Formats: sequence, structure tokens, C-alpha cells
Amino acid sequence: MSLNRRDFVKLCTGTVAGFGVAQMFHPAIREVLADTLTGKRPPVIWLQGQGCTGCSVTLLNNVNPSIADVLLKIISLDFHPTVMGSEGGQAIAHIRSIASQWKGQFFVVVEGAIPLARDGKYCVIGEAGHEEITMVDMVKELAPNAAAMLAVGTCAAYGGIPAAKGSETEATGVASFLKQAGIATPVVNIPGCPPQPDWIVGTIALALGLIKEKGLKDGLAEVVSMLDSQGRPLPFFGRNVHDNCPYLKDFDAGKMSPSFNEKEGCRYDLGCKGPMAHCDSFERKWNGGVNWCVANATCIGCTEPDFPDGTSPFYSNK
Amino acid sequence: MAKTTIAIDPVTRIEGHLKAEVVVENGKVVDARLSGGMYRGFETILRGRDPRDSTQIVQRICGVCPTSHANASASAQDNAFGIRLTDNARLTRNLILGANFLQSHILHFYHLTALDFVEGPATAPFVPRYAKSDLRLPAEANKAGVDQYIEALEVRRIAHEMVALFGGRMPHVHGIVPGGTTEVPTQEALKEYAARFKKVRAFIEEKYLPLVYTVGTVYTDLFKQGQGFKNCVCFGAFPLDGTGKNNLLKAGVFVDGQDKDFDPLKITEDVKYSWFAADTTGLPFSKGKTIPDVDKEGAYSFVKAPRYEGKSMEVGPAARMWITNPDLSPIGQKMLKDKYGLDARKFRDLGADNVFSIMGRHVARAEEAWLLAQAVEGWLKEIKPGEATWTKFDIPAKAEGFGCTEAPRGSLIHYLDVEDKKIANYQIVSATLWNCCPRDDKEQRGPLEEALIGVDVPDIANPVNVGRLIRAFDP
Repeated sequence: MSLNRRDFVKLCTGTVAGFGVAQMFHPAIREVLADTLTGKRPPVIWLQGQGCTGCSVTLLNNVNPSIADVLLKIISLDFHPTVMGSEGGQAIAHIRSIASQWKGQFFVVVEGAIPLARDGKYCVIGEAGHEEITMVDMVKELAPNAAAMLAVGTCAAYGGIPAAKGSETEATGVASFLKQAGIATPVVNIPGCPPQPDWIVGTIALALGLIKEKGLKDGLAEVVSMLDSQGRPLPFFGRNVHDNCPYLKDFDAGKMSPSFNEKEGCRYDLGCKGPMAHCDSFERKWNGGVNWCVANATCIGCTEPDFPDGTSPFYSNK
Repeated sequence: MAKTTIAIDPVTRIEGHLKAEVVVENGKVVDARLSGGMYRGFETILRGRDPRDSTQIVQRICGVCPTSHANASASAQDNAFGIRLTDNARLTRNLILGANFLQSHILHFYHLTALDFVEGPATAPFVPRYAKSDLRLPAEANKAGVDQYIEALEVRRIAHEMVALFGGRMPHVHGIVPGGTTEVPTQEALKEYAARFKKVRAFIEEKYLPLVYTVGTVYTDLFKQGQGFKNCVCFGAFPLDGTGKNNLLKAGVFVDGQDKDFDPLKITEDVKYSWFAADTTGLPFSKGKTIPDVDKEGAYSFVKAPRYEGKSMEVGPAARMWITNPDLSPIGQKMLKDKYGLDARKFRDLGADNVFSIMGRHVARAEEAWLLAQAVEGWLKEIKPGEATWTKFDIPAKAEGFGCTEAPRGSLIHYLDVEDKKIANYQIVSATLWNCCPRDDKEQRGPLEEALIGVDVPDIANPVNVGRLIRAFDP
């Protein structure tokens, strides 16, 4: 049963708001989700750099499959600072034991940016044997032996807010960090501040499905072939928000919303950054489909590599 | 017996990066240091930007409480620009913030702290755990805890849908802006909000509150540990009218056993033990400077040490409930009588020693969730469908203002100074700065450091009560 890029795009673009990813996917992926019931959950190490935990919280908002299924049936979340049972030295030792036991087969999710300045001292993630471990140290240690890296959120993908003008920490995204360090492990970017949870779970399910079908190396290569020039899965990030916006017809007709009290008309005059943004929030919507950014106010361009400096001032397009 | 130093790094199931170092002697903590290990530099990043953009940027400080940062930033601009909010603006902000408080309190008890009391299944992410984890719940209560952990995942997600109905999405809402909010409430949206709220409230009343009190009957010793200074402050949140003076969670200060009025001008920040330039210490918060210095001798944290009239102050649900002193929930009153033999009607009837303790802080949080649920019901009746939520304003060339509110984890103040219509200075004192700060210039410990003194650590290989206390503050 093969799933090519065209199929995947078609499945994703058939999205119904609030529907989730489990139902829309190709049968091969549904099989993966079912498979995980057998206890063969792939190990995932989730590191937090310079971030706000918002990407972890958004993941908890996943609707279908439920987050309980994601955590207990689909992946084995062996390290996640916000949810795991262990703490301190035991937690750090567990990372190392998983990484050695599953060498070349475990996945690393990075949330938050990696600060390079001052030997990485702007983000210490733990200690072992009285030695502090920085985010820089841990990513360098794990990345060469990981099957793949998932950069979740705009900070991990491109630096995001910690890398904005005025920052002194040299905050860096995962792909750029690995390139500088000469580490060739594949990186998938799932930007968004935060990402819609379907983008995270959908990408994980897609990757697991392809790995199951084609083996680790070929499956991951297929995933990489579905990324755009910014490292984002095209099915979720391939379309422009403005070009697909339900208010586009208003823009074309020159009917503009003059203030936040007016729910009719295009939000361009309020500063909407839809024209420079790529994602599928216009049809997927957020939080079970109850609302989305532009219907509520404006787009701030949070999935873009130059967020926030290139997409602000947020409330002006002059 | 010799002194032993234990380091826990990372302290997990909290928001952010924290290390705890405690010195243990004769089975008790005798000294403690907390280090915040991450710095991004929001205050310097905000400089030079359009002030309105701050309401988006500051939300990225914390993905669990972005609505509170948005609220503080928008309020600081309302204050600076002289904007008078409509009633619907105030009410929609309360509904956004209120739904996130309910979400956060449920998330905190079940998904962050419950594993301190409830034994989860022997699979990731619940294991590994301490070899001797001191989990004492009887089988039936433990099963209820595990089942509710799963159910609470869905309940907190539903609470985020409530936030998104008026906030646009969550985390990181678009709906809170200077001048009010961006979502004029429709009958339909209010109905959607109310339907979800009914489920969340039922969970709080039927599951969350009873489980907290049940856990407390098993871990009675945890009502006797972690008291700290018992000095606390609340900046006030959830305005009940347009005056800015009447809040559901009242502004106030409780220090050395006495109640006082809150005055934001009495806040200063020390940095002797923080990785910031030594000559920036002791400044009033509005004149604060943020110049990192990672090589500073003796410093051990990226957290500054805020002080109120020079005192180290606890913030959060225990502080707010103590200062506000509302009626306890009927469920709470009944369970306190039946299971604890305690006749308590008002929150302060619990007594300061019980409230300012590991378990007391969980009780305070659960009771606050109940109090908020009552208030949300009232706001849903008060709000006017179809009426404006936003007031037009101009950004003056020069202005300054501050915005006070509360995050689920404690008091929050933002200050901004605008010059040439751009941010000239932006200062933030957030809840974690208050609770998790290091020592100040006068060697006074931070509230959580002080609360750790005396905590039982009978087995240094399994220092379970250290994490329990830290998580009870929800840092």
C-alpha cells in the first residue's frame, strides 16, 4: 500500500475543521496507529530549549487521535520535561540509556531555540555528575545518533522570538545548528507559534507510516521529499493564507474591516499578515475547529522563518 | 549526621528550566538554592517595537499562561493611552482569562503534580520514577487518580476551546488587544462556551475538588511542611466593574500577620545572586534594567529577586485565596468536616499553617477553580451579545503605564514606557520571579527557597518531598 506525495496532499487538503488527522489519513497510517497497540512504540526524546512550553501545550490539544492515545499508544515519550515521572539525574540518565539502546532509531523533538552565545550558558537543561548540560551540549550529543529530528515550533525551526532583534543569546533553529555542527541527521520543521497540533501529530503519523512501509532510511527520505524550501511538510504549509482565505473575496471587492468590532470584510487594513504566511489554519482552524486567527483578528505570520521581525508591526500594513 | 547536598536538575513537570539544590541534615532540608537556567531577553527584544506588538510577543514568555501576559500587556497600554474599556471588553477578557485559569489548574493538578501522589502505569512517560516514591494512596483512590488523569486531558482541552472561542486560538491568543478584545460575542459563541463550561465545571465539582481533599487525608503530613515566610501578595484580577477597584481576586498584601493595601510602586528587584549586571540591583521595577552577566561571581540564577517593601513574597492561589478569603466550596466544607473534623466556612478558617503547606497549596488551587467557575457563570449572564468589545485609540508620542493581573501561578505586572510611539522600556515581573527567585542583596531567601527549609527528606536517594513542594507552587 503506497502513499505518495500527491495522495498525502490530497488527504490533507480534504480537511474538515476540527476533524483531526486520524480519520483523514491513508489506510497505511491508520494501520500504524493500530499497530502501536502492540507496544512497539518508537522512542521519542523531547528536549526544551529557549521556549515557552506552548508547543507542548498545543500538542495536548490534539483532538483525533486523542492525546491520551498519542502518549500511551502511538509514541513512547521517554523524556519530556513537562510530563515525565522522573526528575534530576535519573531523567538525564534515562535519555542516555534510551539513546544507546535505540541508537539510530530514536526520534528527537526539539521545542524552543538553541542559544549559542557564551558556550550555551543561556539554556541549561540539567546536570550529570555535577556538570551542567546545556541545550547545545545535549543536541550535539543526541543528534548524530537520532533517526530524525523534529523541530516543533518556530523557535526550534528558525529561532523565532528568542532570535528576534534585541536578543543577545544567538538563538538558533535546529537545522541551522546541525549544519554548523556538521551533523547530517534529517530535520523536519513544524513551525507555528505554536503549531496547530494536527501538524505535529500528522507529521509523526506520516513518518511512521512511511517508515513502516519502506524501512527507516527510505521512509525518512520520502518524508524529506515532502518538505518545502524552508523544511516544512508541504501538505500543511504549502498554501498561502491570503490566497485561500475565506475573506479573499472581500479583499478583491475592496470590502475591508475597519476595526476589530467589524466581523465583515478583509482584515488587511488591520495589519493581517496572511499574504506572507503559509499554513492551513484557514480550513483546519484551531482548538477543535471553534475559531482561527483571522476570523478572530489577524494573522501575525507565525509560521514564517522571519517571524517576528519580518512579519511585524503586526497591526499595520502601511 | 553529616550534611549532604542534593541537586535536582531538571526539576520536571513545571513550566521552564529549574534546578534545586538542597542541603539535608538529620533528614530535613537546612538550606536551599533554586536556579532558573534559561534566559531569552524579552525586555530587550521589546525595545523599539510598536507598543501594540508587545501583547503578542509577551505571550511567548509562557505557553501555559499566555492569556495573563496578554492581559497585563494590554492593560498596561490601556492605562498608558487612557483607554476606557467597554463592559463587554472587560467581560470577554474575564471569560478568556477565566477559562485558561480553569485549564491551567486542572493541567497542574493532574498532569504536572498528580504523579507525586498517584502511581501511574509502569510505562513511559510515567516511568522511570523514584525507586521509593512514597506513593501511598489506597488502590481505589489511586485508580480514580489514574482514570481522572486521562479524563482531565480531555477536560483541559475543552477549557482551551472555551479560550479560543473568544481568543481565536490557544495557546497564544489573538483576541486580547489594547482597547479590549477582538471578538464581539454572538449568541452562538456564548452558547458554545456555556456548553463546554458545563462539562469543565462538573469535572471540578465532581472529580478535581473531591480528589484533592481525598489525597490530603492520606498525605496529612504534607499539611505540616513547606510553610515558608507566610508573607504574600495578590495584584488583583478579574475586574467586576469598570472602576478597576473591585476584583474577584482582590489586590492586597499580607505581611507579618497583617493585611495591607497593595501599591505597585513598592516593588523593587535585586540581582546580587542573579546573572545580571551588579550595578542594576535594587531598582524600582519600572526603572529596571536587564543586562545579562553570566560570569558574575556568586550568582546562581537567571531569575531576578523581586521584593515588596524589601520583603520576599509568595504569590499564587494560596496567596490569592488567603487575601480574598472567600467562602469555601460546599464540597470542601463537607469534606473538611467529615474527613478532617474541621469546621471551616471561609478560606482563612483553614489556618495559615495548613494553607501555606505542600498540600494546602493544592487545596487553595482547587478551591480557586471552584470560585472562578461560579464567577464565569455570572459573567456569561452579564455579557451582551452583539455589543462592541473594542475601543479605538491613538498611540500618543509619549506615555507610560502599568498593568497588573494574575496568572494561574501568581501575580504579574507589566510596565511600558513609550517614546516616539515606540517602546522605550518594557519591564515584566512575573509569578515565577516572585516564587522561584534566588536570595536578595540582604541574603533573604526567595519564598520557595525558604519554604524548602524543614521539609522531610528521610532518604537522600529519593528526595520526593523537594519536588512535591516545588510543584505545589506551580512554577
